[in-house]
Amino acid sequence: MSDDNILVNIENLQFDYGGKPVLRGINMRIPKGRVVAIMGGSGCGKTTLLRLIGGQLRPTAGKVDVAGETVSDMNHAGLYAFRRRMGMLFQFGALFTDLSVFDNVAFPLREHTDLPPALIRDLVLMKLQAVGLRGARDLMPNSLSGGMARRVALARAVALDPALIMYDEPFTGLDPISLGVIGQLIRHLNDALGATSIMVTHDVQESLQMVDYIYFISEGRVVAEGTPDEIRHSRDPFVHQFVEARVDGPVPYHFPAPDWSHDLAAG
Amino acid sequence: MTRLLDFFRFLGAQVVERIWRLGYFTRFAVAVLFKSGAALVRFQLTLREIWFAGVLSLIIILVSGLFVGLVLGLQGYEILQRFGSAEALGTMVALSLLRELGPVVAGLLFASRAGSAITAEIGLMKATEQLKAMDMMAVDPVARVVAPRFWGGVISMPLLAALFSSMGIFGGWLIGVVFIGVDDGAFWSSMQASVDFRHDIWNGIFKSIVFGVAVSLIAVFEGYDSEPTAEGVSRAITRTVVTSALTILALDFVLTSFMFRGIS
Amino acid sequence: MNRSMLDLWVGFFVAIAIGAMLFLALKVSSFSGIEMQDAYTVQARFDNIGGLKIKAPVRSAGVLVGRVTDIHFDNDTYEALVEIRIDGRYTFPKDTSAAINTAGLLGDQYIGLQYGVDERALSAGDTIKKTQSAVVLEQLISQFLFNKAAEGQDKE
Repeated sequence: MSDDNILVNIENLQFDYGGKPVLRGINMRIPKGRVVAIMGGSGCGKTTLLRLIGGQLRPTAGKVDVAGETVSDMNHAGLYAFRRRMGMLFQFGALFTDLSVFDNVAFPLREHTDLPPALIRDLVLMKLQAVGLRGARDLMPNSLSGGMARRVALARAVALDPALIMYDEPFTGLDPISLGVIGQLIRHLNDALGATSIMVTHDVQESLQMVDYIYFISEGRVVAEGTPDEIRHSRDPFVHQFVEARVDGPVPYHFPAPDWSHDLAAG
Repeated sequence: MTRLLDFFRFLGAQVVERIWRLGYFTRFAVAVLFKSGAALVRFQLTLREIWFAGVLSLIIILVSGLFVGLVLGLQGYEILQRFGSAEALGTMVALSLLRELGPVVAGLLFASRAGSAITAEIGLMKATEQLKAMDMMAVDPVARVVAPRFWGGVISMPLLAALFSSMGIFGGWLIGVVFIGVDDGAFWSSMQASVDFRHDIWNGIFKSIVFGVAVSLIAVFEGYDSEPTAEGVSRAITRTVVTSALTILALDFVLTSFMFRGIS
Repeated sequence: MNRSMLDLWVGFFVAIAIGAMLFLALKVSSFSGIEMQDAYTVQARFDNIGGLKIKAPVRSAGVLVGRVTDIHFDNDTYEALVEIRIDGRYTFPKDTSAAINTAGLLGDQYIGLQYGVDERALSAGDTIKKTQSAVVLEQLISQFLFNKAAEGQDKE
């Protein structure tokens, strides 16, 4: 893989939160046009990683390069210019509750372009059509189901045709049908826009069907990586535990505690 | 001995925490002012917040103003007629409303009606990651969400205070002139003779502007700084109302002592 | 809430609030010192000004004609020097006298102007020569008691 084909390059990324290390040296190279999943248990720093790529947090050490530029070196204006070429889907959509579906999708267009209202209307309806919700344009977010809200948020995230799209737990709390719909949409939008997608998730089965490459993170480090085929046939105990959803394994069932007999005797 | 040290450590931590928060609040206030461009240029954003802070507070302000005026009329008459100067009722009602009750009571009502709503709205936007999402869309939440709400509050507050005072004077007139029978001409002329525009009315408006700035700033700060959970938002709302009320009363004392010092 | 309704309500709100402010300005209050036209300033010396304050009214025949603008102590003559601003619409003879009166028994003190007979008019910078100091109630009462006591002694 040649260097200019790499969109996101993460080198030895470390991050401490309140003196506690969250990420302890992550290395990733994400090529253009791919859909990449980052997996790991709850609280392993996946969301933190996305926020570091988006520049909402600053790394303690190491760096994140996007399209050849180091995110943490950008000033405020540079960071905002960079984020206009980036879309992000938040865990529960994060739709603006005071705006209708139409106005939510129109929001980035109205804030960042001087397009005439008629053109904005066409663009918004196009995006809503792509997620199948053109008919829901006048609804308010509180009358949408979880899956629909996620699709509207997706339409909003791609409103400005971003080069990089990030997804924070896109499958959480969805029924199987909505889950499949969102999965297909992510793949489809990525290929149609020629974008690159980074998806943070712990939904193994859905991800294995649609992504190009998978990273496993545990305790702040990349513990395994590979294409879906490699992951399925991996002998790595962590991957095995995760994919097969075993209770105990490299990720212990018990929170670290003193010896059980010792605790009983102390009572 | 260790208890004493613990006490000093506790005291020190409290003081440091308070000062740190005050500094954070000041930086936030400066940021809001510097990022007010969009709120004032795209005035439609602020107009919406005037609707929320001002128009929606109209009912409570008008009704409370009327009742405060009615009570002032009754009590004022009761006291003044003992000294045989019931004609001074207009003066008493107008001066107490314009100088103190108008700005202060309208400010307290504004804090509990509009201030708490502003905190709740911003706090919920934070709790549901809307502010983060906006930031990731390269739209500054302080400029787009906080500043219009701040200016909406600042603009609404003096208008509400003026309405409150007018309603109160109307209430005093209703009780004094219509129900009790104080002379209509004496009511208004004694009022006009002793209420000075610059000294009484302008100072009252100035007070209400100061209270508007204070309450709006506290409300947007508490919302923006709230813990992003349901519990955190409800705590932030309580803090907005309590801090606003204390700030209004303290500021009122300071302003009054400057404005009316050495003048009868 | 669509946009035109919102605009309408905000417009309505601002309009009635401005109406309320106009009501306060025109019906409830008076402008002190603002409505005076081509006002001129004269001075008056008093032995005792009692409780006279800056901004106290200046009246002639009961009508408000000006305001007290400054009061200070003249260390050469040991008198109070009072500056009065009089509305330019009113002229007074040069030998007009000024007295410090009290509105009612316990009311605020004001300056009353009693016109003279001089043909020349009082103009800016002039000093009113004839003045009558404030009546100090305590002095009046003690004087009264003293006289009563003296009368009682005479009878014996």
